[in-house]
Amino acid sequence: MTWFVDDTWIVIIGALTAIACALPGCFLVLRQMSMMGDAISHAVLPGLAIAFLVTGERASFTMFIGAAVVGVLTAVFTQWISSLGKVDRGASMGIVFTTLFALGLLLIVQAADHVDLDPGCVLYGAIEMTTLDVAWEFQLGETWIEVPRAAMVLGSVALFNLIIVVAFFKELKISAFDPELATTQGINANFMHYLLMTQVAVTTVAAFEVVGSIIVIAMLVTPAATAHLLTDRLGLMLLLSAIIGALAAGLGHLLAIVIPPLIGFDGTTTSGMMAVTTGLLFVLAWLFAPRYGWISRLVSRKDVKSPFSGPLPSD
Amino acid sequence: MIPPPLAALTSLHDTGADWPSLDVVWRVLTLQDYNTRLVVMSTMILGLASGLVGCFLLLRKRSLMGDALSHATLPGIGLAFIVMASMGGTGKHLVGLLVGATVTGVIGVIMVLVVRNTSRIKDDAAMGIVLSVFFGLGMVVLSMVLSMPSGHAAGLESFIYGKTASMIMQDFLLLSGVAAIALLCSLLLLKEFTLLCFDEGFGRSQGWPIHGLDIILLGLVALVTVVGLQAVGLILIIAFLITPAAAARFWTNDLRNMLILSALIGGVSGWCGASISALLPRLPAGAVIVLVAAAFFVFSLFFGKTRGVVRTRLAMYRLKRKVGRQHLLRAVYEIQEAACAETGKPPANIAIPFRDLLLHRSWSPAHVRQDLRRAKNEDHIDQFDGQSLRLSESGFGEAARITRNHRLWEIFLITHADIAASHVDRDADSVEHVLSPDMVRELEQRLDLDSIPESPHYISPQKDRPHDMVR
Repeated sequence: MTWFVDDTWIVIIGALTAIACALPGCFLVLRQMSMMGDAISHAVLPGLAIAFLVTGERASFTMFIGAAVVGVLTAVFTQWISSLGKVDRGASMGIVFTTLFALGLLLIVQAADHVDLDPGCVLYGAIEMTTLDVAWEFQLGETWIEVPRAAMVLGSVALFNLIIVVAFFKELKISAFDPELATTQGINANFMHYLLMTQVAVTTVAAFEVVGSIIVIAMLVTPAATAHLLTDRLGLMLLLSAIIGALAAGLGHLLAIVIPPLIGFDGTTTSGMMAVTTGLLFVLAWLFAPRYGWISRLVSRKDVKSPFSGPLPSD
Repeated sequence: MIPPPLAALTSLHDTGADWPSLDVVWRVLTLQDYNTRLVVMSTMILGLASGLVGCFLLLRKRSLMGDALSHATLPGIGLAFIVMASMGGTGKHLVGLLVGATVTGVIGVIMVLVVRNTSRIKDDAAMGIVLSVFFGLGMVVLSMVLSMPSGHAAGLESFIYGKTASMIMQDFLLLSGVAAIALLCSLLLLKEFTLLCFDEGFGRSQGWPIHGLDIILLGLVALVTVVGLQAVGLILIIAFLITPAAAARFWTNDLRNMLILSALIGGVSGWCGASISALLPRLPAGAVIVLVAAAFFVFSLFFGKTRGVVRTRLAMYRLKRKVGRQHLLRAVYEIQEAACAETGKPPANIAIPFRDLLLHRSWSPAHVRQDLRRAKNEDHIDQFDGQSLRLSESGFGEAARITRNHRLWEIFLITHADIAASHVDRDADSVEHVLSPDMVRELEQRLDLDSIPESPHYISPQKDRPHDMVR
């Protein structure tokens, strides 16, 4: 196995993506809205397509904005349909994102003659390619360090998410756990909802180029759910989910290099492997988490019979 | 040279230029070409089957299960290919691939249920984890397979987007078989599935094998999803499962009608979408079908007969008017009653000042004026000159009747239903329909009257309201 500078950059980009995703992801998981991440990430396709058709160039800022706007619209439409027509929220989400996805597919096919914007690059991303697009280079001692554009973009998104989470920590916390209380405290629950949706949309759009629009769900939900199994404190959960996500990015890339040769294949995608690694870490936490893990709950359930045992495990 | 943005736009206009001729439209609509016939029939049957199965999913509030399932099929396709290729075949045997897809899809759904039942992770997060991690695994496996030197694997990605336009007889037969199974199961297990959707707990208490039924239902969903994969792809098949059922829900409260309607909407969407796509080859069929189904949904959302927005809004408006009329008449009657009681006379239709009416409840002047205008149109108000008002003959009779019914209802709730006095101010006009005549007589006797009882909980006029608000 050989490790290149590019590999380091891939891990850094993956880790930044994971950190950027983990912060809003925690709130999605706590608010039981994880599938909103799924809906938004599928639905950004028409936003990308329309922005492309208007500007005619890929990787532009307009495309970013267009996709983010459509992402937020997904949340708005879902809310409308479920409250107007009294449709189950899951169903209205499904209707909205599949419709938008179909629309996006249609638009992309129309534009396909002139672009290499195929739906595949939206679904899969191309983390291996991101290192080729260098945005900024500087000299550190003897060596030149070439910073890929994706690292800059995802670093800024991670920073943006961090600033929002720090600035609105109290508000996000109350409205995640008790929306009614939040309203009585004068916090605009609607505003917090759409702030979170905006965060998710922006993060998803920034990340889709790197890991693709489905793996981004793994980045949003899985580390947050894993951290949720490990702690009851929100601050710690945020920190843990960021660490778990970054760890999964590093391990994922390593496994993507190491495993295929072992079983006789050439190579595989890093982003897919990152998702699988988040899954593996989740399974570990699910089984062995100190308090909420399956096994420890089985053990502590036996303890319950003893009069000196601790509090009942929550169901 | 045309700059790139314009080039992209002109490419859009290009599609407008090659509209099909009438002859072609006729050929497609009458299914004269073998290929078109195959594609249109296939998507129609897929729409029928998924509309049917989707109903149960929707009613069970599990619509997104199809989402998790369809994403989780991806690793199965890759793994099935590896297994079949290592056994010496080409690895692209359709049934083998679909079996692989079904296996991992079902494992994915079971994982969702297991994670949900054994940890503090909720449904939504469990689904998100399963669908993305399984999809990631699928990508890992597929990209390994695709990098194999033999190159047999090319084309496996078609499962992600579907290849509607290039379906063959084998696909059609497979789809028809699955649709037949779905139809048969829905017919045979209609009663059991109804139980599963509406009252799982009751079903369990009656000894029904709820888990088994759940697995059969998920199996059906898995079958439809998997055969739909190569027709429309793994993301758009989700729409097939959700949208027709959700659209049908707006038209009926009867499960059987909903099933029929949902299957119809699914079938018609499939037919329309595939035909449009056959006419304008640049439009991918799967996407067009989903958009047609979405159009059905939006139409149903607004104009659905039982739950459509227009109808429910109208019903709400009517109810508001009815309640407003009742409150107005009762308020007028009670003011008249109080005024007459001061002089020791029985209630009579005398003129009362507008200001008293405003003070009687927390109404805004504009609201009361609106209600008064309506009452005047209904001939319940005799005269209203902005300062004082009087009921008409029929209005007074109606007011007395409403007041009597309201008070009887309130007395019933307080004396017989043990409800706190503060909770009884509900719509009471149905008192004669809800209560038996015996009960009404008993209530009247109990109150020792044959006229209108006194209010058991007098609503005090709002004395503290500033007078300048009242003109």
